[in-house]
Amino acid sequence: MIRLEKVTKIYPDGTEAVRGVSFEVVKGELCVLLGPSGCGKTTTMKMINRLSPVTTGSIYVDGLDNSAMDENELRRNIGYAIQDVGLFPHMTVGENIGTVPALKGWTKAEQRKRTQELLELLRMKPHEYIDKYPRELSGGERQRVGVARALGGNPPVLLMDEPFGAIDPITRLELQNEFLKIQQEIKKTIILVTHDIYEAIKMGDKIALMKEGQLVQYAPPADLLFRPQDSFVAGFVGADRGVKGLQLIRVKEVMWNSPPTANPDEKTESARKRMEQQGLDWLAVIDREGKFTGWAFASDTQGADRVEEITKTSTVAVGRNAVLSEALSLMLTSGSDVLAVVDQRNRLEGVVTFTTIQDTMREAVQKGVSS
Amino acid sequence: MMEAYQFILSHPDMVARWILDHVTISLVAMVIGAMLGCTLGVFIAGKGRERLADGILYLAEIMMTVPSLALFGFLMLLLGYVGLSAIGFLPAVITLIVYGQLPILRNTFTAIRQVDPALIQAGRGMGMTERQLLFKVKLPLALPVIMAGLRNAMVLVVGIAAIAALIGAGGLGVPIFRGLRNARMDLIIIGGVSVSVLSLLVDGVLALLERWMTPRGLRAGSK
Repeated sequence: MIRLEKVTKIYPDGTEAVRGVSFEVVKGELCVLLGPSGCGKTTTMKMINRLSPVTTGSIYVDGLDNSAMDENELRRNIGYAIQDVGLFPHMTVGENIGTVPALKGWTKAEQRKRTQELLELLRMKPHEYIDKYPRELSGGERQRVGVARALGGNPPVLLMDEPFGAIDPITRLELQNEFLKIQQEIKKTIILVTHDIYEAIKMGDKIALMKEGQLVQYAPPADLLFRPQDSFVAGFVGADRGVKGLQLIRVKEVMWNSPPTANPDEKTESARKRMEQQGLDWLAVIDREGKFTGWAFASDTQGADRVEEITKTSTVAVGRNAVLSEALSLMLTSGSDVLAVVDQRNRLEGVVTFTTIQDTMREAVQKGVSS
Repeated sequence: MMEAYQFILSHPDMVARWILDHVTISLVAMVIGAMLGCTLGVFIAGKGRERLADGILYLAEIMMTVPSLALFGFLMLLLGYVGLSAIGFLPAVITLIVYGQLPILRNTFTAIRQVDPALIQAGRGMGMTERQLLFKVKLPLALPVIMAGLRNAMVLVVGIAAIAALIGAGGLGVPIFRGLRNARMDLIIIGGVSVSVLSLLVDGVLALLERWMTPRGLRAGSK
């Protein structure tokens, strides 16, 4: 969808901002351009919509050489969200989002319909926000409108320059999660610039790590973490790549799919025996519909008749798509070293244990070191 | 004070004529000056015209420091040389246009230049042509500051227009200078007070206009 071939950018003063960068972003994928400031990542992005002309090399968007297209036509078909959001303060939210549709010559009715769709997509009530001015919005709301505006003309390609930059960490996390959900629906081809390694790992299908104008490694996040190409990559992703990997690996990849369970009506004695056989000191208690209700521990089995009596009721559970860091943080806050994995209707799907997480991370880091 | 009042009562046509002439000269000068100044201001604020902008703003500053009387005299010579009327309406209007240029030019230039580069980048990145960028982004955002410049210029022009009487252009300078020559306090008061009231009036009207033209999203304190 987007292909860069030996792209070089030399400024009139002789600075080489980008040197011989080639990579390709597949349709529907989110590619993160990552690197320290001054590495050429923003310049690389700006060459795609020709805000910055290339010195040598070519860039193809959807198979067409971007230098052969009319630059304004090109830009109207590439969504663009910038670092400082850049909402026009003299226009309403609706007018801001409708900028590209208006430039494309859509009718007023079409513009309004698109604006409403996008506000809904970003979970903002259209009637409440459409006529507001940017200064009446919170930082998080502005960022959302910025993203909505980039999607305005329904472009197949999106360029985002630190789109979640200027907001507090909690709102940023929320927006990132929401954006990932939205991306699953809209499947745009996206290039996102950031200097934040956590954001890159979280958002990227692929990461292009740049240094001094050159592309150092272009790979999925896990490869970057566990199979760094050289010492620069290893250094950039950091010594704590085990910890970062926690944000990468999902619960479903490591969970115990058919954990030992018990029913509330079951005799304590048989439950205890099962624990012994399995070499465990716990069983997950589920009701007749398979819903997770709590835990039965070996230490409580003395003198009780039925499992019901010794069940420690618990509502702490995690979804199968959560990343390991979430699971770990739930374990730490609930003070338990096993965690139930449930579906949306609270039915038990599996179990993750502290030991599993530990082993997974150790394995991943060792793999990275040995390669 | 009483004499001035009596004079107005006894010669209403004459006073009305002075005021009308004064307003006409000022307005014509202002309308032409605004069009000229804004266009030139937008032009010199363009990319790669920094040196031109420096030159033109410098020139406008120098023109401001030339005493108005000297400028009238100079224009009389120049217009006479090219065969145009050297006294009256034309040289008066030209002088006032020149005087009004500095505040208009400077404010327009500064206002356009001060538009947040991020907004310009955003507009360009979404595929706005330079023209669309100017009319949809830069001008609306620059409008409050440009209007403030026009206001300054207008007040200045209304004041200086009194001197136009010396080259036969009429206006409220007529009673002022006649009064000075003949020691007629009533005439001086009529001329002086009228010019002041006119200035305040113009300033007020333009202030309202400025507020009205400021885009809603930029207004402080409004919902």
